Amino acid sequence: MARLAGRRALFAVPVLGAVTFGVFAIAAASPFDPVKAYAGTAGLSASQETLDQLRANLGTDRPLVTRWWDWLTSAVRGDLGVSSALRQPVADVIGERVGWSVLLASAAFLVAVLLGGLLGVLAARRPGGWTDRAVTSLAYTLEAAPPFWLGLLVMWLFALRLGVLPAGGLTDTGSTVVTAGEVARHLVLPAGVLALSQLPWFVLYVRQGVGDALQEDPVRGARARGLAERTVLTGHALRSGMLPVLTLIGSRVPELITGALLVETVFSWPGIAAATVESATAADFPLLAALTVLATFAVLLGNLLADLLYGLADPRVGFDG
Amino acid sequence: MADTVHPAEKTENGPNGPNTAVWRSRAVVRRSTRAWRVRGSAAVVAVLMLSVLLVPPFAQLDQQAVDLAAKLRPPSWTHPFGTDDVGRDLLLRCVYGLRVSLLVGVVAAVVSTVIGTAVGALAGALGGWTDRLVMRLVDVFASVPHLLLGIFIVAMFRPGVWPVVVSVALTHWLSTARIVRAEVLSLRSRPYVDAAISGGASRRRVAVRHLLPGVLPQAGLAAVLMVPHAIWHESALSFLGLGLPTHQASLGTLVQSARGSLLAGDWWPTLFPGLCAVTATLAVAGLAGAWRERLNPRRRSELML
Repeated sequence: MARLAGRRALFAVPVLGAVTFGVFAIAAASPFDPVKAYAGTAGLSASQETLDQLRANLGTDRPLVTRWWDWLTSAVRGDLGVSSALRQPVADVIGERVGWSVLLASAAFLVAVLLGGLLGVLAARRPGGWTDRAVTSLAYTLEAAPPFWLGLLVMWLFALRLGVLPAGGLTDTGSTVVTAGEVARHLVLPAGVLALSQLPWFVLYVRQGVGDALQEDPVRGARARGLAERTVLTGHALRSGMLPVLTLIGSRVPELITGALLVETVFSWPGIAAATVESATAADFPLLAALTVLATFAVLLGNLLADLLYGLADPRVGFDG
Repeated sequence: MADTVHPAEKTENGPNGPNTAVWRSRAVVRRSTRAWRVRGSAAVVAVLMLSVLLVPPFAQLDQQAVDLAAKLRPPSWTHPFGTDDVGRDLLLRCVYGLRVSLLVGVVAAVVSTVIGTAVGALAGALGGWTDRLVMRLVDVFASVPHLLLGIFIVAMFRPGVWPVVVSVALTHWLSTARIVRAEVLSLRSRPYVDAAISGGASRRRVAVRHLLPGVLPQAGLAAVLMVPHAIWHESALSFLGLGLPTHQASLGTLVQSARGSLLAGDWWPTLFPGLCAVTATLAVAGLAGAWRERLNPRRRSELML
């Protein structure tokens, strides 16, 4: 197990290197000019000499590979540069926001796993029955619905029409301290919508897994021995049907990040994703590059988790594979 | 002969379980609902295509026509989808938005399929170091969340239609490349390819005459499956304010510009563009699912979005 983790870590190094280089290459190929972005409106009236001086100071006149290597070495030492959009060191931006994003994502994930598992099992019990058809139709519709649209509709219904939950943000307007109760109330809608956007995958895979398990010999044997349907379902079908799905959870990180990007924007949640959109609108290269690397890191971590869980759940799978 | 049952049929216990009669009738119901689903999807796609192709050139209607006297009217007979905050008819705006979204979606899907097919075919046909290198590259691309990479590309090349198309296409060729590579690898070991090679066919001829025709149906299917996905991505980028410029309103742009009205309590400018996107996505995915079932009948039918 440690060997697998170690090998994954070794694999992550070239991937992260390639991703960062790709990010620099895209920026170098684009019409985006970091000097103009740095200078802002002052850059419009500045003389050519000033701009050249600035270019030399920022080091953007050097070749792509040198710039990339410099960024990489200082990033390893913890210096990620300064965000021009938020006027703050990139490391501080991430440090302030990553906790809220993790809170939102994990709450949503928990709801999606529990609800998706429940609905998937209900649908798998009678394939082709009414419950199955209702659940699968719901899953397909949710899969097709853009999360930002769902978020806006839910916000309209619960915050504006019914007035039971806050429409966005982390705390009530005017409050100065962050209390757990307030955060929990503000978390309900974004986490709920993010969970809904992740739900279809869980429902469909659990339905498939448990449905297949219900056709297998152990289940048939258990039924033949006269065991109660409940025992058959929880003791036999769920075990072999749900485990493969649960182990794949780690591989859902990219979709979770995609969903969080949209949901955080809709509900003004002060997380990483909202900062990504702000930095993209302002073409804030240092922040965007760091966030892309952070997301890649999260995805690789998720893949590792999936591999480890799979090995734990199914002893036939060797960790050396 | 008629009443002797073949042993294979006798032991066959129905595809799903012991109670064959019940299961068979269920299977019949499922097959007929599936047929209806395909017909329904085809009808919806036809209506949407006709409206986006015929309404803009032939109807003498201006989607940008502002009528401040009729702003934010709820849905009615004169304005079935209502009007937006400057009195533009939302049904007409949705038709134009869907036109832009479909166009971007189709172009992005085609570009990503061409990239994916080229990369996958190259890796599969050449094998060896090229294959290993290309598949590592695919792994690297797969490690960055799609939307984030898309946002990065759009942010660096903004504004315009092409950055959006490129960003969606560049992030979605991976699955096609994997499918095409696997297909090429399986085709390469077929006897007729060996026969062609031993018959003295050139590399080029084998690739064009024997490998390409086998790969094209899978690539075409991948392209159709990609269209709803590309629409989804385009609308997400547009919603974040990074997508198309506002004079080329897509469905995502419409939802984005409706946020102000929504906060004032008017739901229709938000509801209908999204509903159009969901309808189009489900219909295209339904058709693609039916096609896939014909291509790979053994695979269980699942809609893929």
